[in-house]
Amino acid sequence: MLEFLEQLTNGLARGGIYALIALGYTMVYGVMKLINFAHGELFALGAYLGYCLLVSSNLIGGLGPVLAIGLTIILVMGLVALAGHLLEKVAYRPLRHSDRLAAVVSALGASIFLQNAIMLTWGAQYRAYGANLLPNLLITVGGLKIPLIRIVVLFSALVVMLGLRMFIHRTRLGLAIRAAAIDQKAAKLMGVDVRQVITVVFILGPALGGLAGLMVGLYYGQITFNLGQLYGLKAFTAAIIGGIGNITGAMVGGMLLGLIETLGAAYISVGWKDAFTFLVLIMILIVRPTGILPERVVEKL
Amino acid sequence: MPPTLLSLHNVYKTFGGLLAVQDIGFEVIRDTVVGVIGPNGAGKTTVFNLITGSIKPDSGKVIFLKKPITGLKPHSIVNKGIARTFQTIRLFSKLTVLENVLSGCHTRMEAGLVASILRLPSQRREERKFIDRAMDELEFVGLESKWQHPADSLAYGDQRRLEIARALASDPQLLILDEPAGGMNEQETIKLGDLIRKIKKRKITVMLIEHDMSFVMDVCDKVVVMEGGLKIAEGSPMEIQKNQRVIEAYLGVDDENGY
Amino acid sequence: MSDCPTRKWPSLVGTGAAAAAFLAIPLFFKAIGLRSGPYWLDLLNTVGLYTILALSLNVILGHAGMFHMGHAAFFAVGAYTTAILNLNHGWTILATMPAAFLAAGLLAAILAGPIIHLRGDYLLIVTIGIVEITRIALSNNIFGLTGGPNGLVGIARPSLFGFRLSKPQHFFYFIWFMVGVTYVMFYFLENSRFGRALKYIKEDTVAAESMGVNTTAYKLIAFVLGAAWAGVAGAIYASRMRTISPDSFTFEESVLLFTIVILGGSGNQKGVMLGSFMVIGLPEIFRGFQDKRLLVFGAALVLMMIFRPQGLFPPTPARVKLSDAWSNKLVEPATNSESDDG
Repeated sequence: MLEFLEQLTNGLARGGIYALIALGYTMVYGVMKLINFAHGELFALGAYLGYCLLVSSNLIGGLGPVLAIGLTIILVMGLVALAGHLLEKVAYRPLRHSDRLAAVVSALGASIFLQNAIMLTWGAQYRAYGANLLPNLLITVGGLKIPLIRIVVLFSALVVMLGLRMFIHRTRLGLAIRAAAIDQKAAKLMGVDVRQVITVVFILGPALGGLAGLMVGLYYGQITFNLGQLYGLKAFTAAIIGGIGNITGAMVGGMLLGLIETLGAAYISVGWKDAFTFLVLIMILIVRPTGILPERVVEKL
Repeated sequence: MPPTLLSLHNVYKTFGGLLAVQDIGFEVIRDTVVGVIGPNGAGKTTVFNLITGSIKPDSGKVIFLKKPITGLKPHSIVNKGIARTFQTIRLFSKLTVLENVLSGCHTRMEAGLVASILRLPSQRREERKFIDRAMDELEFVGLESKWQHPADSLAYGDQRRLEIARALASDPQLLILDEPAGGMNEQETIKLGDLIRKIKKRKITVMLIEHDMSFVMDVCDKVVVMEGGLKIAEGSPMEIQKNQRVIEAYLGVDDENGY
Repeated sequence: MSDCPTRKWPSLVGTGAAAAAFLAIPLFFKAIGLRSGPYWLDLLNTVGLYTILALSLNVILGHAGMFHMGHAAFFAVGAYTTAILNLNHGWTILATMPAAFLAAGLLAAILAGPIIHLRGDYLLIVTIGIVEITRIALSNNIFGLTGGPNGLVGIARPSLFGFRLSKPQHFFYFIWFMVGVTYVMFYFLENSRFGRALKYIKEDTVAAESMGVNTTAYKLIAFVLGAAWAGVAGAIYASRMRTISPDSFTFEESVLLFTIVILGGSGNQKGVMLGSFMVIGLPEIFRGFQDKRLLVFGAALVLMMIFRPQGLFPPTPARVKLSDAWSNKLVEPATNSESDDG
């Protein structure tokens, strides 16, 4: 039982990370109908920027853990958001009126470019955040020992997601995003500035992705240049499972995926861990071709 | 008594709780031109989609050549002899005019995967035969000289005619035209009327939806009037023009298309 | 050579001459005593293999318009089928090729049923899933047959009539012969009732169905055919490398094939061939920049999509030959065609 709870909390933390990344995919897809393949690389960039600040620059030594992590979060989110914005400007904006296939290939190109840029900058080997970067605190609940970092990851993922939900549902800009996701043309006619919406989405999504990258570094301790690929694919899968274009769906899908993967690895087979995601995806799509929660966007016949 | 080609019996269809078509039933007699009219949203296109298999009825029957075709897939319905055009033109716009017409021939051709890959003599014979056939259909609608042009380079009226040629190439017994005169000018509409009469002479039965009343009264032998998903009248053009319910429906609901 | 019904003799002669010159490359290398000859031939063999793969993907992606990004899975199934039959059961490589074809096709047929109706992006992500699951299954030594992460070692070379293919120049002729077969086969297919049906589906599935094309069946057959042919390429690959492992059949491999087809000009076989040369061949030539190759490749993809999204050679209108009767009829100015309603 204890082991199960241990795995459960681990799965939830992992799911929180997936959910944060999935939000970026789902928002971009909702508004632009584009699989932003480069989103996974932006997430990896977040992990490396965190590494740069916390390990290479040793911010913790200078500022103490709380202040250092706080500053890192802000910087990472800001820088990755900037990278996302540039990405949109360079690789996607010129293609807004062309074929969807062209945009998909451009996204693939951007993804390959970024992944290799990361490799050339930081090298192809593993980079370690280090186990002793943060004080190794364990929280004990009943007999269950949970690392503090796990709670922090899960908690902050939840806070950010709730914040995003409030933003999407309570603000004018959020309303504009939802409108553009339902029908871009109609939204434009109703006075929604779709360009602005796209800009915002390409700032918010990458910021959340960057944060997730930082969390992976802190939680798992080591990162590699192609980190973005597998996490990206899984997070995108999470977005589809939850019904792409649907913000709440991305959160649910991410959490679900984290749980399935962790529990599957623990109780079925470690070797097949990465396959569970896709098996679940295929099964869900066979039964419900538009995901668990309905897609907000209906393609016209 | 001339034989019935197609009949609908008590057909119902709802979309998300809204009754699009209720209790529709009528007969189409062989070698006639039947018009379906009614205000926008009356369910006319839904009826056509139910006949051609694009959507399935909730209940009721569609009988073609004495056999039920309810719930069959569109492609098998084409194979049985019902071809259609669309309300908004749906050509294969990047393909050539001839290739578009050849799509109609598809259902009458037989060459399979292996014959195609190996380019067997039988396959080549069949290709030659149906290219001729497709050209004949193009000639029939007067587009044979444009066979090599991409479909989307044609003028609007020509695109409409190409859609008809494409449908005719499937050798239909029943041709269904969804607003064939839509967007056409007066001249083009007159030519279309002539074309439909030529089609009738080929012993092909025609059903059409149209808003242009003078056109409908001119080319149709029988008219079915729909409103709000119901059939409200049926008869010869003369009878329909005098029908009190039809006059009310048109004046009351949709004076834009009033007559 | 096959007798393509081409009307323009000069173009046929030109193509023939180019093909002959290409096939003379190994002799040329030998004649001038080029020491790096085997290396360049190996590279051309790799390009050839990718060409076969890309042409088979082209049937699915280029002609039928299905966003299939998992082609490496079927490539893998073909390679492993050949390896297993050869190593465990002593089959000759040539005998395993039909088996590789069938095995890859069978897997595709099983998988395609439930996913074929998924639209664009969903199909894309599911096919990526398929390639990942396949790779993981191979790494986990599925059925105790695939040898786990290290793969299978010691696959035989193919023999033709007692002649064992072992040197790069042998494989050069073998592989490029297969490229020729693939090209002609799919060229015939493209210009047939079957190929046209795929084009209609790509342009407008609803209209295709309404014109009498059984869209589900045609998509399924195209998918299975393309996959099965990738299996054949896998068989060739296995016997050429003699060692195969799951690492050769990754998601990246699928992406590479996908980009070859799109870059070359989705649906145009000549474009796809050129795409293979550019995506596989060009980076090798710039080996000096080894580590920056992919960086440049990524940037080039983006630029290409911005400035020439239709690919290098977009599909050209189908060349159809009219009957003599019709050709003659059209040559004479049809003065009364406008008013011949009778």
